[in-house]
Amino acid sequence: MKRYSALALLKAGLTGQRGWEQAWRDPEPKKSYDIIIIGGGGHGLATAYYLAKVHGLRNIAVLEKGWIGGGNTGRNTTIVRSNYRQKPLHDLFDFALDLWEGMSDALNFNVMFSPRGALFLGHSDGDMTVLAQRGDALRCDGIDADLLTRAQVQKLVPLLDMAPDARFPIHGGLIQRRGGTARHDAVAWGYARAADALGVDVIQKCEVTGFAMTGGRVSGVATTRGPIAAGRVGICVAGNSGPVAAFAGLQLPIEAQTLQAFVTEPVKPMIDTVIMSQSLHCYISQSDKGGIVLGGDPDQFPSYAQRGLPPRIEKAAAEAIALVPALSRLRMVRCWAGTTDMSFDGSPILSALPVDGLYLNGGWCYGGFKATPASGWCYAHVLATGDNHPLAAPFAFDRFVRGATIDEAGVGVLPQLR
Amino acid sequence: MLQIDCPYCGARAQSEFSYERTLDSIVTVEMPANEAVRRLYARANPRGFDDELWRHAFGCRQWLVLRRHRQTHEITSVAAFDPALHR
Repeated sequence: MKRYSALALLKAGLTGQRGWEQAWRDPEPKKSYDIIIIGGGGHGLATAYYLAKVHGLRNIAVLEKGWIGGGNTGRNTTIVRSNYRQKPLHDLFDFALDLWEGMSDALNFNVMFSPRGALFLGHSDGDMTVLAQRGDALRCDGIDADLLTRAQVQKLVPLLDMAPDARFPIHGGLIQRRGGTARHDAVAWGYARAADALGVDVIQKCEVTGFAMTGGRVSGVATTRGPIAAGRVGICVAGNSGPVAAFAGLQLPIEAQTLQAFVTEPVKPMIDTVIMSQSLHCYISQSDKGGIVLGGDPDQFPSYAQRGLPPRIEKAAAEAIALVPALSRLRMVRCWAGTTDMSFDGSPILSALPVDGLYLNGGWCYGGFKATPASGWCYAHVLATGDNHPLAAPFAFDRFVRGATIDEAGVGVLPQLR
Repeated sequence: MLQIDCPYCGARAQSEFSYERTLDSIVTVEMPANEAVRRLYARANPRGFDDELWRHAFGCRQWLVLRRHRQTHEITSVAAFDPALHR
């Protein structure tokens, strides 16, 4: 792999931009691999990278049915933060945040990680109590969290509607200053390029259509490009975990739902932090290109359609405009949808499955992007060693049967309620 | 948006309805624990048709059984929910 650098850029600029090499190879699938990862999204590619980098394994393939960056990795709203209330969640996501901070250097690929702060708004005394409690829980575990007064929020985001009769009055907020955004498809590209450089085969347009079983153990996969044998197989296809697990006769505590996002025309910098309201479930940030990126609720019924209902966009837009009235002057240029893997306690599943040789990384609901590096790190650990990484141990598949669910929203088993 | 043909009210917009769960995941009080856990936490989650329990929540508030395709959104039947039949 030719390293990217300022000097390389300068040289190419003076020589007509010739000599750039392909970021990763386009290999034919081999007959057999030690480890096959199904799904070439950010999580799958990060897993392959850490398997090679941390565990020294080389005979690894990532199978992607489409193209790199074409799935959920390129459909999220790019927000990165670790300020979850519950310990297993904030420990995992904060490990991810540590890795985000060094990711561009580690991968030699600019993922444009921008720790511009992730702000939760509080709209009532009740909201402020919940935010204070969450901030305390985070600080007890050494994770940064600052409770902001109304005046501090106003200073941070002057465009918020702070009028006393505002539709959603603002009482204060909780900010994680290390949080922010990253360029989502660069994350997939960066991991793909770095994994490829370490010898991982990143195989696009290769859809898995079944598992090969030998003596009750998964011994490979059937694909649209022929059968491939494998020592261990890791499912990493959030959004499609159900159909892939069904190839092995498994049913999961996961339902697929649609989540939409949309973006406005690009404008000059107007919002330099990530604004979120968990009471409203609306999130607002400005991309480096200038578009205001917005998102809201999932469609709240099972769907693989990758297109959502207009009322969800309408609700998120109405909330965003009520919070930041200046947004009403902007035109929406694009909206899109991804398929979320809604687990039944709102937390991911990252462990071995009850079929020998088969592992699952999924159930990330609508919050998987921010976990990408930690998810890959922990999944690589269990695929390489057979044992769950300590950070991933609480997220084992059997926690539902054991009654050890990790339910951040506290709403029980129905995914559409979170 | 989908249009759902409520057997009580006629064709209405999907936003009047709320999804509850799949028909095979209804848990009854007298069910053995292992069966209740299976029904709570195991879903076929198919990329195709499934039978689902919906409610006309912002209409007549009746429970309905839909057979719906999860990729094309095609709805092939909407029936009144019969507790004696579906458990």
